[in-house]
Amino acid sequence: MTTEIASLPWLPRPPADFRQRCKELDPRGAASELRRLSSFFLDERHSHLIASALRRVSNSGARLEGLTRVRLAILSNSTTTFAAPAIVAAGLRYGLQIEVVEAEFSQVFQEALYPDSQLYRSKPDMVLLAMDHRGLPISPCPGEKETARQIVTRGLTEIEGLISAIRGNCRATVILQSIPGVVWPTFGNFDSALPGTLNRLISELNILFVERLIPQGILIADIANLAATVGIGEWSDPRSWNLAKIPFATRFLPLYADQVARVIGAAYGKSRKCLVLDLDNTIWGGVVGDDGIDKLVLANGHPTGEAYLEVQRAALALHSRGVVLAVCSKNEESIARAAFREHPEMLLRESHIAAFQANWEDKARNLRTIAERLGLGLEALVLLDDNAAERDLVRHALPEVAVPELPDDPAMFARTLLCAGYFESIAFTEDDRKRNEQYAANALRARLAEDSTDIESYLRSLDMTIEIGSFTQIDRQRIVQLINKTNQFNLTTRRYTEEDVKQLEYDPRVSTFQVRLRDRFGDNGLISVLICRTAGTDWIIDTWLMSCRVLKRRVEHAVLNVVVEEARSRGLKRIVGVYIPTARNGLVKNLFEELRFGLLDRVGLEESWALDVSTFVPFAVPLEVKRQPPPDRAAAL
Amino acid sequence: MNEDIYGKLTEILRDVFDDDSIVATPQLTANDVEAWDSVSNVRVFVAIEVEFGIRFSNAEITQLQNVGELVELIERRRVQ
Repeated sequence: MTTEIASLPWLPRPPADFRQRCKELDPRGAASELRRLSSFFLDERHSHLIASALRRVSNSGARLEGLTRVRLAILSNSTTTFAAPAIVAAGLRYGLQIEVVEAEFSQVFQEALYPDSQLYRSKPDMVLLAMDHRGLPISPCPGEKETARQIVTRGLTEIEGLISAIRGNCRATVILQSIPGVVWPTFGNFDSALPGTLNRLISELNILFVERLIPQGILIADIANLAATVGIGEWSDPRSWNLAKIPFATRFLPLYADQVARVIGAAYGKSRKCLVLDLDNTIWGGVVGDDGIDKLVLANGHPTGEAYLEVQRAALALHSRGVVLAVCSKNEESIARAAFREHPEMLLRESHIAAFQANWEDKARNLRTIAERLGLGLEALVLLDDNAAERDLVRHALPEVAVPELPDDPAMFARTLLCAGYFESIAFTEDDRKRNEQYAANALRARLAEDSTDIESYLRSLDMTIEIGSFTQIDRQRIVQLINKTNQFNLTTRRYTEEDVKQLEYDPRVSTFQVRLRDRFGDNGLISVLICRTAGTDWIIDTWLMSCRVLKRRVEHAVLNVVVEEARSRGLKRIVGVYIPTARNGLVKNLFEELRFGLLDRVGLEESWALDVSTFVPFAVPLEVKRQPPPDRAAAL
Repeated sequence: MNEDIYGKLTEILRDVFDDDSIVATPQLTANDVEAWDSVSNVRVFVAIEVEFGIRFSNAEITQLQNVGELVELIERRRVQ
């Protein structure tokens, strides 16, 4: 099988009856079939077919359960007609139902600057700014240092102008593409030494994008890096540009589209969270149960042994940025664990593994157990497994789990995993750094819970303290992350961008709460978010969500106590809670009832519940509450 | 060999135009397929390049008169 990145080698090849399956797509059950079809490698032909099928089903009014709708407007000075269906197809792979709105060709500035342009009329959720260097004012000025500096500044100003126009006219999140370098070495080797050459101008502009625009909440699709990864000589194709202003060689359309879809997916919390590792011939060479620990192929200086070390290094790198690791292997547990403890070259140790399932049960079942133990959904898991039969079995039994194809040569395992983009992120927060400690602590708590006879004394034994305060700028990224990826304990599943959250912080009719939890095993970080809107003497809970890591610890009771107290001090009479059911939030179906709210109204599936502030009796809670004072708005302004 | 190319082209055209009735024959031209415009023409050639692992120049693409000539071009390119 091919390992060429352009063919997304981690995806299985599409079935021969792909067109037929798209054609016969039944609106009932369409969402899962679409996701299954999108899990294959889809070239331009397949992308077009599946995008048409999606449009047909969506026009028929069918609800696509589990897919998040995103309207994506593309602003570009090159042709995007061919990329559009590929982005739609790739979006399905990340649980997104993307509707692409293409701006008129080469009308970037008109579209961005006129408030009633097609762009803004379409009310996009996201705007992709896909600028080609050929449409930007960056003409080379070799050797003219000062002019070069001005050109780069002007290029940035132009992009910043576009972005501020977009932000002024709509609420969309902006994704900016970095600009690939070019094959244009007029001075040869001396090009990179000379200020003002085209490649120097482009790379300086890209650096400014990252330095200046990311802090402003712009997302970057790093197409420059993608082009460099596959080779700029391959990426750039004058034929495509000359023929139809297609900005790169058409065979990279699927790769490009997947890259864009990943960024959107990450912004909507679709990135996966846990890497599940098979053991034999995946993270070491050989079968530990048959060959013994001392015969495993895993060593520096050994050509195949280094390949497996590289897999472990990749897993560790993911671990240190907050991806949870688990083991799922057909093995005797004691022998498998012994390899982790005793093999001198092992980089992965038991302490890195949050859930360790080594037994003889089938993998699908073990993967379910892992998901349950970690409090994660199956769609958060990625299984790395060298065995094609096991991969196939898991894909059929648990289509939610991502299972990358792997080439025969273990030297390509690590790269294949990392290039597949399962763990795409748009930020790196303090909580990401600590996440693995938290999961490890969860496992300890689970053990303690087994020892405790009654739940109350168990909870008391945790020595929990929560800190509740308003949203702060420093926590904003984490708040946005929680808002966009919490699915289970989430009453309304309303998603807000960083820009939205910032506005909420300053809105006098809105009160925000963020909750941190500490216990004797460590700091759980920011785990719950609540947004209230004032309406007369009511406080309406616009958003209430909590991380699943801290379920069943009565945090929600403690939070409600604080919210009611705060409402009372502001002279409000009622708290109104809204429950909007989704495929994922059944967990909180009865929350308001449990919290002694009374049912107010039911419209369709949406329910509203009310709680009388004056008669509310605070819940007794097994934790300490520290209230941070609400911000002094007058002082803040 | 030749039939094999026609078979693959038939599949490509059916995918691109989402139409199972299309059959690639030597006489077939873009005018015979209603949806065959300049945009879908690019898509046809993107698919052909991927399927056969070959590349055409823009001049070659614009000079073609019918599917028969296209098949000849593919054959020549594959031999090279």
